[in-house]
Parts: sequence; structure tokens; C-alpha cells
Amino acid sequence: MTDAIIDTPTAGIAGAIEIAMTVNGVERRAMAEPRVNLADFLRHRLGLTGTHVGCEHGVCGACTVLVDGVSVRACLMLAVQARGTEVRTIEGLCGADGALDPLQAALSEHFGLQCGYCTPGVLMTLAELRAELAGAPVTEAEVRHKLAGNLCRCTGYQGMVDAALAVLNAPVGILAPEPMR
Amino acid sequence: MTAHAKVRSDAPSAGLGRSEARLEHGPLVRGKGRFIDDISLPGQLHATFLRSPVAHGRITRIDITAAAALEGVRAVLLYDDLRPLLTAPRVPVSMPSGAIRFDVDPFVLSRDEVCHVGEPIALVLADSRHVAEDALGLIELDIDPLPPVVDPRAGLAEGAPRARLDCPDNLVARTTAAYGDIDAAFAGAPVVLAEEFHLSKGGGHSIETRGVVAAWDEAARRLTVWDSTQMPHRAKRVLARALDLGEHEVRVIAPDVGGGFGPKFVFHPEELAIAAAAMLTGLPVKWIEDRFENFFSTVQERDQFWTVEVAAGADGRLRGIRGVLIHDHGAYSPYGMALPYNSATNLIGPYVLPAYRLDISLCLTNLMPSTPTRGAGRPQGTFVMERLLDRLAERLGLTRDEIRQRNLIRPDQLPYPTGLFTRDGGEMTYDSGNYPESQRRALAESGWHDFEPRRAAARREGGLIGIGLANYVEGSGRGPFESGAVSIGPSGQIVVTTGACAQGQGTVTMLAQLAGAALGTPAEKVRVIAGDTAASPLGLGAFASRQAVTAGNAVHLAAEQVRAKILRVASAWLNAAPDELELDDGVVRVASDRERSCPVSRIAEALAGSPGFSLPLGVEPGLSAAVDFQPPGLTYCNGTHVAEVEVDAETGVVRVARYVVVHDCGRLIHPRMVDGQVIGGVVHGLSSTLYEWMRYDDEGQPLTCTYADYLLSTADVTPRIEIHHMESPTPLNPLGVKGAGESGTIAASAVIASAIEDALSPFGVKLRDLPLTAARLSALVRAAGGAA
Amino acid sequence: MKPQPFTYHAPQSRPELFALLGALEDARCIAGGQSLMPMMNLRLAAPAHLVDLNGIADLAGIRVENDRLVIGAMTRQRAAEHSALVAETCPLLTKALDHVGFQQTRNRGTVGGSVAHMDPTAEIVTACCALDADVVLEGPDGERRMPISAFNTGYLSTSIAPGEILSRLEIPLWPAGHGSAFLEVTRRGESFSVVSVAALVALDAEGAIARAALAVGGLGPAPFRLHAADASAGRPADDDFIAALGAEAAMLPADGDFSASDDYKQHLAGVLTRRAMRAALLAAGARHD
Repeated sequence: MTDAIIDTPTAGIAGAIEIAMTVNGVERRAMAEPRVNLADFLRHRLGLTGTHVGCEHGVCGACTVLVDGVSVRACLMLAVQARGTEVRTIEGLCGADGALDPLQAALSEHFGLQCGYCTPGVLMTLAELRAELAGAPVTEAEVRHKLAGNLCRCTGYQGMVDAALAVLNAPVGILAPEPMR
Repeated sequence: MTAHAKVRSDAPSAGLGRSEARLEHGPLVRGKGRFIDDISLPGQLHATFLRSPVAHGRITRIDITAAAALEGVRAVLLYDDLRPLLTAPRVPVSMPSGAIRFDVDPFVLSRDEVCHVGEPIALVLADSRHVAEDALGLIELDIDPLPPVVDPRAGLAEGAPRARLDCPDNLVARTTAAYGDIDAAFAGAPVVLAEEFHLSKGGGHSIETRGVVAAWDEAARRLTVWDSTQMPHRAKRVLARALDLGEHEVRVIAPDVGGGFGPKFVFHPEELAIAAAAMLTGLPVKWIEDRFENFFSTVQERDQFWTVEVAAGADGRLRGIRGVLIHDHGAYSPYGMALPYNSATNLIGPYVLPAYRLDISLCLTNLMPSTPTRGAGRPQGTFVMERLLDRLAERLGLTRDEIRQRNLIRPDQLPYPTGLFTRDGGEMTYDSGNYPESQRRALAESGWHDFEPRRAAARREGGLIGIGLANYVEGSGRGPFESGAVSIGPSGQIVVTTGACAQGQGTVTMLAQLAGAALGTPAEKVRVIAGDTAASPLGLGAFASRQAVTAGNAVHLAAEQVRAKILRVASAWLNAAPDELELDDGVVRVASDRERSCPVSRIAEALAGSPGFSLPLGVEPGLSAAVDFQPPGLTYCNGTHVAEVEVDAETGVVRVARYVVVHDCGRLIHPRMVDGQVIGGVVHGLSSTLYEWMRYDDEGQPLTCTYADYLLSTADVTPRIEIHHMESPTPLNPLGVKGAGESGTIAASAVIASAIEDALSPFGVKLRDLPLTAARLSALVRAAGGAA
Repeated sequence: MKPQPFTYHAPQSRPELFALLGALEDARCIAGGQSLMPMMNLRLAAPAHLVDLNGIADLAGIRVENDRLVIGAMTRQRAAEHSALVAETCPLLTKALDHVGFQQTRNRGTVGGSVAHMDPTAEIVTACCALDADVVLEGPDGERRMPISAFNTGYLSTSIAPGEILSRLEIPLWPAGHGSAFLEVTRRGESFSVVSVAALVALDAEGAIARAALAVGGLGPAPFRLHAADASAGRPADDDFIAALGAEAAMLPADGDFSASDDYKQHLAGVLTRRAMRAALLAAGARHD
């Protein structure tokens, strides 16, 4: 298979402007037309293809990323509007050493993914929930309410709900959840 | 080699019943998957399609001048531009079926007549996706509208307009599912009930849309196509045939596929158009379907109209069912008869039905072609049977569990020939299971018999709750075969290649677990290559809940052969009998003297051969084996679902409060992945039952083309699904396994309807149509005089 | 699904903004973009110029001034939803905001953007209608204000003139101890409402109605107010009152569509009106005790 390359057209892009933002702690800049949304910018200008696109009208949640700490639909925000912001994507969820974030580990342990397409958006939504809770406990109904903005067609949501509950309600100091059985 | 296994081995594989970590997870939770839109080739062009804005019409003029002149546009292609590359005018996609009366394969791009909104007419290639979309708006298109057919009942009526001018009428196929003496069954039957059902089923709706990246290497004469598909081998065959290429000149790769659920089994015209465009331009071409166009360019499952009668004895025992099924087939025929025929055959379910006759008519309409989505027509058949049983129970004053109990096939009746034939001509025979026990367990686990006190308690709080029950079977593991090969080279790496193809099912883990178990190696050390036509010469792919049955047994048998070869060589080298040896993570040891050992890699090295030296013991070259496993027939999984619902009779809003599944798919290879398949299937079924509804207006214009209008089940409305397994091994394959991929969907509509009717029993509401939206339920309650 | 090309403008001040809006042909303002971006992606909206309001200082913020809750147009829906000031002074709005879109869209979507877009199903609009909110528009020549009841001019259209922006909402506060409820029926859990109802009630010392207001959204281009609520001062807070409201709501004209017929919407209007006023009365009564 040919290695993936960053999807910049060979011809110059009419009307492109330089757009700079901090992505996963690293300052990134690239040229793009103002009409390029943040999801396409991350994927095709910066080569960060972990952020997925499922509907481009703000319902499916596959493109969810954190901008200045809060979750947004990257398909409903122009890249140019993210100039100067701190963007966090699925690629930035792992630790610097590549170790899985507890949410990633739990999603895997609890089989909260199958095809994996919605997974990055789900994880970024849960990352925001974790930050909001700041250690406070959470109920299953609250987790399901929070995940209502992320469509998954494979799992019936059960594994991802269990994963979230395991991590978010884990006693302090216990990072990895127990498997379901 | 080919294995025609009819007898299960006495010792089930050590690979069964273990829930290993899923190997697929690592890259996916890191965002390091490789989906179709993650693949970009240097110099690639971006494609978009101009699509028909009308359901039926004749193209009178296309002017591409302005579009082609737009900066960044490389080409605007029409049918006539692609036709010289093609061996035939139409895309050769249809499945063989004697019942299909007309050639209604689609064209790569519309030639003159457009037959549904969304039919591709022109292909724009540009330097960016944005510019390609800009160009679409510059193409001038004139279409003379023709009268559309949007309702299959009207389409079959005398004097109806024709959905396609190249067909003499709209009855694209007619067939009958029948056995027994149906007239005798109805003559003098103590109870006869008649019902009509209008069943609309939702689509596939993988969260990843379709997509294709194609590259043509002129010098090597090689076409490489990355395709978000469930069936790369079939795509390769269609491409080779349509483009007049040899099999060696086409490679199709399914990368990570973001869900399939049926539609990605169908070869769509865009797959050929993109490949042809790559050959024509000599440049790589990428097309990613967007969600909006997905609603009118990807095949769907839609409407069926049933008119049926059931005859029964005074004791509630079924005597016969007869009726008519009119099926909306859509504008083209990429899948033949499978969908309505599955509905017809699945109606029987786990019940003794002495006589049956269903006349099935498939009507061409000016809507998207209708092909299977998860469940593939079976939920509709199960819905009809289960509704009829509930009606009979009510008429006879029996409980809903009792009427089912009286009709269930007993274990001593298995194997049970239903009297029908499967679509490939085999007898439809249930192979194994215990249907009464399945129902008994479901009733016990769900607290069915304690429901009335719960209902009374809810009433006191003003709540209206109900409980429902449904049984089903599913013919799984469809043939004719699947390929699996296991090889070990001098590196010692175990490599499994297969024609199977995964879209989230966990096929890689399942096959690694089976091969690893046979070869004494942890699953995570086994490399599985699936979904690449270069890796496996033959293959079929993902459909009909088949890959554990077909690919699982193929890999299991191949791995056992490799194991035998290892032990044969090691036996000679270590001077020990094969049964004294054990395989331990790449090393063969003598069990009683573990110092006597040899690495498997050295055996592989020896069998790879050295120039001029003989192979040890005269064995065949290579430490590898390939099996194309042919299941002798479908193996039938079964289950019972019980659901509790709470209905707001005033608003029609339904909450599914509890959902219990008893599931029997034979031996479990990986129990947690089976759970995942069943839960996902149930929720797909719930979504289709309560929310999903592809709507069209009278002109055939689709009305629900966003996820704000077309609703999928979300986490907040999805109940926890409780699963209890039974394991009735099938005698039809060595592992004793049955399919599980679609099973969960099949009873969902039936059980929810049963539960809602039960909740609304004070109003006497009867449910006949799907989906069961809040608006519909409220209207039924109001029509029944309830809830002022 | 990519937008048509446009020229992007990011003014940093009001003068810059109004100069741009005065000079540009075919310009459209973008606030949170959670309604406009889908329309642009689908090419249902294709402005030549996109003027981004996110850089203008002082368009966001929540404060209480002269017994009015003042919400800057660019206040994120999520900020309003979590605002202690809103929860304390205008709990109806907090309840309505919980139903708006999804958290990911509320994080970016703005209160003013929702009102300016005037989607018939917009919960914020229904709540503002019950609350008698004033809409403050700002242009190069200063401000003008109008009651939200006068703001709508048809489906997805408003009184915002070319060159103007919606600057803020001003919501007159109800007395402490009032009760409120916001109810809606959706086609599926968290999705667009079919019909939504916002109810407010304050009781007098005897427990009779001092004042009530109820708005029904989703039936037409803008919410309806119930006269039986507006004219309820002095009425007993009893089942007859609730039934009268429900009867009026169920008679409101409704535009049906393929997923919800006009009679279903009318029926829901009646049902939700009764339920919402009952809940609001309970809330008011509970505080009264």
C-alpha cells in the first residue's frame, strides 16, 4: 500500500490563507481556503486523520474535537475560526510516551468499539465529560445523555457506556478498569 | 483443497469460548485506523457526481462547458466518455435468479433515462473536493420528466406508468414460497384471521459513508482499488469483467471499513466509474460519498406490503398461512430476489407450520434500489408471524407464551425440514437448537410471569407499561465457501489470509484466536490479512452472518493441517511420536522432556527448501495450508427476545425499559464479540422499529436526507441489552458454530410491537405498520378514542 | 458537502463590523454557526461574504440590569445553560437550554444565533416568547428594540435589517418564587422538538394566579402565546385553569409535515400545555409553602 500523504492539491489553492493553531500541544500552520472546515483542515492539511467525518451537518459526532477545552463539531467550525486556539484531537489523547489514556484503555477493555469509525469522537466527548466532572461521580443516565451527540451503529452504545462509568467512577488512583467479565 | 465437512470433530477446538482482547482495538482507539478517506495518493483527483434531481425522466441536454472551464477542474465525464472502456453498457452486478424477468442492471452513468433521484449522470474530476462540488453547479442539465412509480402497489396496477421505459411492465419478478396443502389447511379451520401489514425497514447507515480510491499503473497494467466494501473479491470480479482486465491486473483492497450493515455488499456504479476514470486519466482518483448523497446513492431497505391469513385449530395450533407480499424493489436490481425471499422464509420461524403459501411480487419503482440491510428481510417475516400469533392468542384466550409454546418445534423434531428451499436450491432444514428451552429461559430471565404486579404498580403511578415476546430463527453461514490459509515462513510469523472481510465484526481477532489455538501461539502474535484480493485468490466477503461459520472453519482446518505438518517433521527430528509433542508459542517440545525441542521457524525454514536439497521426510513444500470451506447448508441460529416498554399514550413516546435476549448460535468462539454482535443487532433493530423511516414524496423526492430528519437510535434512548447464551452446536461444521451478525435485529420489531400493543391494551390498539413512531402511536390511540 | 467559496471577514470592532456590513453585497453574519454551517455545507446558504462576529468584544456576557436579564447575543448556549445567574433569575431559560441541540453544538452555538436563525423548533425562542423577551438590534446608527413577538416575519425570517446584527436579549425577570416548566416532545430522545411548551406562573398570597404566561413552539414559524394564560390574573390555580389552557393550545393553527401531522402537533400542544402548566404550578406552589 502506498503511504498516506497529506492531501494538498498539487495546484495552488485559490484564495488560500495561512492558518495557524496549536494542535495537541504543537503549533501547526498550513494554507487553506476560508471555506475549509476544521475537520478537513486537520485531516487533509495537517494529516491528522484520526478525526473522522460522518455527516458534515453536525449530528453524528464522529468529528468531535476539543477546541480550547470544549467539545465542538469540527465539521461546523471553519478552520480559520480556530486560528490561535488550542485544538485537541484523538491523536493527542495518548500520553507523550504513547501510553493509552484510561478512557482509551477502558473503551478497549469494555469492547466499546467495533468498526472504530465513531470512536475518536466518542473519546473526545468522554474526555470533556471527565474534565467537567473533575472527579465527581456520574450516573449511567448522565453518561448516555452526554453520548447522545455521538452516533454509533455497531455497538448499541453499551460497551462505551460501561467504559465511561468504569473510568469516571473509578476510585482515585485506579486507572484501568476491570474487564466486564 | 476443499473441505466438505459434515461431521463435527469430537474434540472442539481449544480456540472456542475464549474472549481474547480484540486485536483491532489498538490503532482504532488511537485514531490510527486507516479508513478510505485516510488514503491519499500523490497527484490524486477528487471526484463528485452530478445526480439526477428527478425520480424519473429522460435527459435531453447536458452542457458541461462552464464546469469543464472552471479553474481546477480536470475533466467532466459522461456515459459516452466511459463507455469505450467498458465491455458492456451495464454494470454486471445482478445475482443469478431465474425469477428476475428483466435486465435491470444499472449503467455506470446514466445513458439517457434516469430512474431515481440520485442516479449518477456526470463525474467531475478536480484538484480538490471543494472545486469539484463547485463544478457540479455549473453543469447545465435538461430532463424531460416522466411519471414516477413510488408505491409498488400502484406500480403493479393495470395501466400504471412504467418505472423504466426499457421494461415492459413493473413486475420485475414474481415467485412463490409454498409447501403443504394450503387449501385443505384453511378448509374448515376453526379459526381464520386475516391481517394487512405495511412494513418499512431502515437502511444500513454505517457512520462511514462509501468511498473509493483507484489508481491505474499503465506500465504495469495494474488497477489498484481501495474500496470501502464488504466484498473486495466480488468487486474485483465485476471490475475485471466490466473493464476487460485479467484477474491478475486488478487488486481490490478493503482498508479499515467504518461499518457495512449490508449496503457495502452491493457493487455500486460509482465503484466502476471511479476505476474507469483512473484508467482514462492515468491519475489516481478519490471519491468519498457525502452523507447527503448517501441517502439517494446508497442502496436501502424499504417497504413491503403483506396481506395474509392464518388458519389454526381451536387449541391454537397453526394449520396454515397464506397471502401476498408486494415488495418495493427500487429502480435497479443489484441483489436479485434475496430480500423478499428471506422475509418469506423467515416467517416460519421456530414453529410447526403445516402448510404455507406466499405469493411474492417485486415491483420496480423510481426509488433507490432496495437491497438487504442487517437482518436482510428476515425481521419483516418474523414480525408478521409473531403478530399473527399474538392475534391468535387474543382470539383464543390464550396467553402469548402459551400459543407459542404449543407451536414451537420440539428438539426431538430436529433436524427439521421446513418444506421450503433456500435461494440456492437447498432444503431449508433447521439443524440444531432447543426452541422451547430458549423461550422458557427468556421468560424466566425477564420475569415474564411476574409482570402483572409490575403493570399494576405502574398503573397506580399513572404509567402504562407492557411486555412483549418474540421467537425467531436465522439461516446463517451462507456458502458456497470461504477461503482461509495459514502459513508460517522462516521468520516464524504465523500469517492467516482469508477472503473474509471485516467491517467491525472482529473477524481478525476471531481468526487469530482459532489459528493461534491450533498452533499454540497467543492470538496477538498471529497476523491476519483480510479484505485484500492480493492476499487470497478466492473469497466472498461479509454477508448473511457467515464469516465465523465459513472463514472460521476454513482457518481452523488450515491451522490444524499446519499443526499436523509441524508435528510430523518434529516427530522425526525429535524422535518422539506426534502425540508426545506440544506446540508452545513457536517451539515444539517433547511433553515429557521439555529440553528436547525445536523452533517451528526451523521447520518452516526446512520446508521452504534449499537449492538442490530434498525436503525432509518427503513432505510437501512450505509450512502452509489453504482451505476453502464449503458449508453443506445454512445453519440456523435462534433466539427469544422479551422487551418491556413504557408508553406515553398521550404523546405516543415509547421508552424501552428492559430488553432480554436468549441467543443460541451454537458454540461460541469469542463470547464477548458475539455479545457485541447481538447487542448491536438488537439496537439496529430497535432503531429501525422506532425511529428510522426513509420518506419520499409523491414525486419520488427523498425527504429525509440528513440525520436530523432520518433518526438513528442514540445512547440516551437505547436500553441496556441483557444476553443469555445457549450453545446448541451445529453438526454442519467442525467448530459447531453458527452466525451471529444479523441475528439480533430479527426479533426487535416483533417484540417491541408485542410490548407496545400490550401496554396499549386498554385502548385496543393493533399495530400493523412499521416503524412505530410516536406520531403513529398517538394517532392510533386517538383513533381508538383514548387520551383526549 | 463543501460550502461555496466566500470571502471571510473577521472584524474586531463594532465600527469595523458595521462598515463591512454596509459595504458588502451578499454578506451573512456567522455567530456560533451551528445552524448556518450545515446550511452552507449543504449549499442551501451560499453567501459571497461571511462576516464572523466571534471577534467583536462585548457581544457576549450575562448580567442583570434593572430587573432584566441581559444576555449578549454571542453568549454560548453552554455558558447560559451553566450560568448560576440565569438559573437563579430565569430558571425557565436554563430548562430550555438543556434541550438545545447537543452539548457539542451548545458549546459553540450562541443564544443570539438561535434567536436570529428563528428555527420554528428552537427551544430558546419558545422560552423567550413566554418570557416577553426584547430583542435588541444594533446597526451603524445605533440600537432599536422590539418584543420577540414582533421579531419573526415568517419561516426562518426576522426583522433584522441589512447592516444590522442582533446584539442582545433583554428578559424581564419574574418575581422570586414563580414557577416554570419547559417540556417538549421529540421524535427521538435528544433531537429537534416537534412541539415545545414554555410555561411560567406566579401565585398571589391566596394561591390564585397572579400572572401566567405560556408559549407553544413548533406549530408555525414562531411560537404562539396562550391568551388564557395572559388573561389569568386572579383565577384559581385549579384543574379548570389547566384544562382551559390545554383546550386553547389544542385549537392553535399548526403546520403539519411528513413526520408530524397538523393534528398530532395540535394534540401535543394541548397535552404539553397541560403538563407544563401543572409542573409550573407545582414549582410555584412548592416555593409558596
